[in-house]
Amino acid sequence: MSKMHVKLKVNGREVEGLAEPRTLLIHFLRENLKITGPHIGCETSHCGACTVDLNGKSVKSCTVFVAQAQEAEITTVEGLANDDGTLGVIQEMFREHHGLQCGFCTPGMITRAHRLLQENPSPTEEEVRFGMAGNLCRCTGYQNIVKSIMAASDQLNAQKEAAE
Amino acid sequence: MIPSGFEYHRPADVAGALSILQEHGDDARVIAGGHSLIPMMKLRMADVDHLIDLQDIDALKGISIGTDEVTIGAMVTQHELIENDALAQAVPIIREAALVIADPQVRYVGTIGGNVANGDPGNDMPGLMQCLDARFELVGPDGTREVPAREFYEAAYFTAREDEEILTKVIIPVPAAGTGQAYEKQKRKIGDYATAASGVMIQTEGGVCTAASIAMTNLADTPIWCEAASDALVGSDLGDVACKAAVAAAIDAIEPVADNRGPVEFKKHVAGVILRRAIDRAIARASN
Repeated sequence: MSKMHVKLKVNGREVEGLAEPRTLLIHFLRENLKITGPHIGCETSHCGACTVDLNGKSVKSCTVFVAQAQEAEITTVEGLANDDGTLGVIQEMFREHHGLQCGFCTPGMITRAHRLLQENPSPTEEEVRFGMAGNLCRCTGYQNIVKSIMAASDQLNAQKEAAE
Repeated sequence: MIPSGFEYHRPADVAGALSILQEHGDDARVIAGGHSLIPMMKLRMADVDHLIDLQDIDALKGISIGTDEVTIGAMVTQHELIENDALAQAVPIIREAALVIADPQVRYVGTIGGNVANGDPGNDMPGLMQCLDARFELVGPDGTREVPAREFYEAAYFTAREDEEILTKVIIPVPAAGTGQAYEKQKRKIGDYATAASGVMIQTEGGVCTAASIAMTNLADTPIWCEAASDALVGSDLGDVACKAAVAAAIDAIEPVADNRGPVEFKKHVAGVILRRAIDRAIARASN
């Protein structure tokens, strides 16, 4: 099968490469672009470790062919740090509230939480749990992930208020 | 995890997609959200030489809400179904059902058309569409036709859609005002296909049931619309006797198979419990 010329915008940067259409987006990100934050935890589209933000939607990048993502705008966990390299609010709250242990689900969790809080800036605990249900974690038991996201919600809302 | 290679096509309109389908016959498949097809390709259970991506076809998008009918483009995602307040007003059972399908990421991508066309008895939308008496618009080389959801499913992964046809629209009659609607699903965890699920619609007038529709999900190799169960409610006072008769008729109509979700006896039991909950909730929501 012939390769196609792939163009994407990842974390605000235009990137390109050659890949077969069958290449999964997760493999293109990790292997061609060396963006190795998003992970692979399954082959049945359950775990969400590969979650990225694709054109404003949380998507499991193991279940998208790179051909389908041609010209898409993608954000990965690498794009969620502040411009000066310090941690973004959600990242900082995961650290502060011990929302990770092995860290394998964390990039997908944080990228999903980013979109969840865009859509629902002040979620209830139940809404956080439901909104994060496409992401599995083997270590934390979820409790501290929920705390991290609730805390991030508070911080982001406070920042927004201060800015207004 | 690794699918085999394919040629990728991204037509701009339905005609373009149809001509690729016709040219390559069995070797071509359309891809919508890809959240059933890609997993199958990754397990090499689906072998596709030509993949036709429908994402650029605007005619397959959008929700149009009329007085009598709602028309939903095949490429409308579960997320869009949930977010659409006007749709939730017109046919609230759709949001209720979409929220028990898969998980947030899958719902951003998975489409109503893919869900109903897939033919997996585990999908929730087929039973829901039978409950609603929806119709599917199919476009093929010979033109356009409509097939009722109640006649669309033949066996697991076998539907009335011909290989050269594309399912383009789902057309749903708007239930009469005051129709009680409920979709109830028992599953092992988030994202699981149902152990048993049921869609129920009930209309009442002065405490008497004037119309009812009952469909069951993942309890046979197709969704099951239970006419006898529906009939058991119509004309009744929706009391315990009538509800039990409807549940008995539904259990009689299903043919579950044993799998990791449990043996046949258990599934029949769960089906009865789920259906009764759906009936009770639909009754509580019905007005008139």
